Formats: sequence, C-alpha cells, structure tokens
Amino acid sequence: MIRAENLTKYYDNLCAVDHINLDIKKGEIVGFLGPNGAGKTTTMRMLTGFLEPTSGSIHVKEYDIEQNSLEIKRLLGYLPESAPLYHEMLVYDYLNYVADVGKLERDKKSARISQVADLCGIKEVMHKPVGELSKGYKQRVGLAHAMMNDPEILILDEPTSGLDPNQIVEIRDIIKEIGKEKTILLSTHILSEAEATCDRVIIINQGKIVADADMESLKQSVRGEYIINIALKNASFEEAERELKPADWITGIKQMDEDKAMLRIRVTCRASRDMREELYGMIKNRDWILLEFHQEERSLEKIFMELTKEN
Amino acid sequence: MRQAVYIFKREFSSYFVSPIAYIVISIFLLVTGWFFFSTFFVNNQASMRNFFNLLPYIFSFVVPAITMRLFSEELNIGTYEILLTMPVTFFDIIIGKFVAAVSFIGAMMAPTLSYPFFISMLGDMDWGPVLGGYVGAMLLGSAFAAIGLFASSMTRNQIIAFITGVALCFALTILDQLLFFLPGVIVGFFQYISADYHFRNISKGVIDSRDFLYFLSFSFAGLYGTKLVMQGKR
Repeated sequence: MIRAENLTKYYDNLCAVDHINLDIKKGEIVGFLGPNGAGKTTTMRMLTGFLEPTSGSIHVKEYDIEQNSLEIKRLLGYLPESAPLYHEMLVYDYLNYVADVGKLERDKKSARISQVADLCGIKEVMHKPVGELSKGYKQRVGLAHAMMNDPEILILDEPTSGLDPNQIVEIRDIIKEIGKEKTILLSTHILSEAEATCDRVIIINQGKIVADADMESLKQSVRGEYIINIALKNASFEEAERELKPADWITGIKQMDEDKAMLRIRVTCRASRDMREELYGMIKNRDWILLEFHQEERSLEKIFMELTKEN
Repeated sequence: MRQAVYIFKREFSSYFVSPIAYIVISIFLLVTGWFFFSTFFVNNQASMRNFFNLLPYIFSFVVPAITMRLFSEELNIGTYEILLTMPVTFFDIIIGKFVAAVSFIGAMMAPTLSYPFFISMLGDMDWGPVLGGYVGAMLLGSAFAAIGLFASSMTRNQIIAFITGVALCFALTILDQLLFFLPGVIVGFFQYISADYHFRNISKGVIDSRDFLYFLSFSFAGLYGTKLVMQGKR
C-alpha cells in the first residue's frame, strides 16, 4: 500500500531521516515509534507530500508521489501533530469545508459529516467554534477531518499526545474501530499505546529504522526473559557473583549502586518457568539478609530503550 | 479549479467572522474620507481626482494589512500542513487566497461608490476618470495584494509580513517621487516600474494597455514568488 525506498531528508546539514525503507500492507495498523526528534514526523510529512524528500522514492498504491501527488493526497487522511485547526470556524463549517475540498458529492455530504461526527463523538460540539474546544475535542475534530473523505490510508501523528487517560482510551478505541477496514500508520512515543493498538511496530532512532517487526514476534522475543532486582545486607558483589553465576538460567548479574549498607543487584534470568523460588533458595543458603526481592518483566519499554539508546 | 473556489470562500468568510475586516474597512473609509473631503470644497471642483491620488499611498498600508494573515497565520497555527495535505494544488491555494484578498479590497472600496454619486449632484462630473479610477484601483489593489501575499508566505509572523508588505508597496508607490536624485538616463525605467505613475495614467481616464500590463505583471510576479516560497518550504 505504501512503499518508501531509501527515503532521506536533510534540513540544511542536519540529517533527519536517513535512507529508510518502509513497506506497509493493506489493512495493517502500523505503530511508528521512536524518541522525540527521531524523524517520525518528518517521515510522515514526506509520506503525505507535505515535505519533499531529499532523495528516495515514495509510492502509494500505484502512484508515485512526485508525479501523482494529488491522487495520493486523495487516498490519504492525515492528522498532523497536535491537530492544528482553523480556530475561527465552527466545527460543522470546518468539516463541510473539508468535505467540499475533498470533492464529496453534495447529496452524500451531510450524511457523511454526521456519520464521521458520530464515530468521533463530536456531535454535541458541531456548532461551536473550533477555538473554544478542549484539547481532546480538537484532536477528535482533527481525526474527523482525516477520515472525512473516506481515505484508504490514515496517517496519524501522535494522535493521543496531550490527552487525559480517559480521552486516550477513547481515541484508541476510535482508531481500532477505523482500523478494521483501513490501513493506519500512527506515530507515538508511548509504547503501551503501540502495544494496545498496533499489529506491527517500526522503531526509528536518529533517522534510521532500528526494528521492524509485528507485535507478536516482538513480544515473543522478550518472553521468558525477566529481571529480578535484589537488595542484600551482609553481602559483597563478588560473593554474590560467585554464588549465583554457576546457575545456567542466570544470564547476567549487575551491581546497581555502590551502597555500603546494602548491595543492590540486578539478575537477568532466562527460563521458561518462574525461577524465583530457586533464587531465593540460593540466597537462603548464605547468611545474607534479604531486604528486597522484586521481579520485573523485560517489557517492550526495555527493548525500546535498548534500541534507541544513544550510542 | 473548483478547489480554489472553496479556498476562496473559506478565506473570504473568515475575514468577516473576526472584527478585523470591519476595523480595516472603517479605518480606510475614515482616512480616505477625511483627506479627500477636507480639501474637496476648497478646490471647488466636482472631481474625484484627489481621492484617486490618495489611493496608492493608503493602499500601500491597508492592503498589506489585509493580506498579512493569509499565509502567516496558517504557518503559525500549523494549519498550513492541513492545507497542503488536502487534495489541492499550489495553484488552487494561491489563487483562492489572492481572489479572497482582492474581493475584500472590492468590498472595502464599495462604500466609496457613493462619493461620485453625491459629487455629481454638486456639479458636472466627468465620468471617464471616475470609471478609470475604480478600474485602476482594483488593478492596483490586485498588484499590492499579490505582493502582500508574497510577503505573508515568507514568515509566520503577521507583523513582519505586514511591514515587509508595506515596505514593498510603499517603495513602488513613491518611486517616481524620488526620481530627481537619479541621472536622466534611468529616470524612464524607474518611472515605468513605479505604481503611482501607472495608476495616475489610468485614473485620468486614459486606458493604455501598458498600464494594464504593468499591474498584471506585478500581480503575476507576486503570485509566482509566493509559489516559489511555498515550493522552497517543502
């Protein structure tokens, strides 16, 4: 559906996007992840034709962005970051304008407007000026704009940023609802969001793609690996290392901080079953005093942090 | 092209939802009315000549005030991104906004049509210069609107867009008043690019294709410059 090859964008001498390749298939909900300034927005802006790539090509369906930008714009619905809108217009007038520009037929227009308004839950604010709406409603109006002309592809740039938790859930539900029949590319820096809505994630860092996998296999890769944080008294790191190292399911031991009163270590385990009992048994064999014992899953957050760490 | 009509409609109506339109129109009418009629009875002539002589000066301040928001506001709020990702071309956007500004100038000029009507009651009016004056005013307004649009496309700050627009329009207006500084050889050239010179020709009632060409080419240059700026932003 969307195919980008060797996409590169320079802002003067700053390289924002560095030779990335994308291939998004019909019906996918793709999460575009990365820390701030990774190049998410720049990439999306190039896909929508707002920015011209320094080099590389973009094809949407059979259209090339340089030759058929108008056809591509018709296929795309775009929600820019923080949903900019004309403040002085009424919500209804705004959607009407969007429908007109999108060449919606006159007799279908009002039905479509009310359908979209219904889906986005903005029925009750239709006759208010956009400028008077709360952030959450503005975001929904932006979403309604993106969907107005029934585009096959939706590109949403941080659709839930700046919303309260309830609104985030609501917007996510809307996205999932639309995602049943559309191809969606959404950017976010919140992992749980990608986890909740996307079939596939692309992680980008410093303009390069560092991971591109579907959600299931990404989760699979972290399954069976977890971390146990332990705090001990009367123990030294060397002792602990000597004691725990021989176990084959422990893949790493790391000292967390240099505290004289107690030793904090971080034990990475790889096993298909719960190894806490065993670990506790090993600690009990020594005359250490156990102060803390806490297991954390190696979550997507961790993968994300590892992949996007500055190196 | 139909898209340009929708952009025009949105722009034109958005002028009138805020008080800015009414303020600009009031100030324009107040200033022109005062300057024109304060000397009108002294001259004791039933002519609109002084009114039209004033217009290039007043337009060079008022027209950039009308056009300053057209792009700057969109760049500032970020709606520029929406505008460009809708299925419209640069041409649709520029023409839509330009025609909206020119129509607004028309709306601003409309109340002054009562002047010739009342003046003709006082004495014999020569209608040729009046007609020429209004045609010329719209041409002058178009050229200034295109220049103002160009200034607006370059910055997200409306004040800067306004000042740039005023500087360009005012320079074009007063150019032929400054010619005595220049050697005789190039006077003709600078006179030709002065807006005031061409406007005076038309407002005398002299219809010359060169004057039309002048205003149309400045309009075109302004709009084309706007397109280049928009392309440069991509």
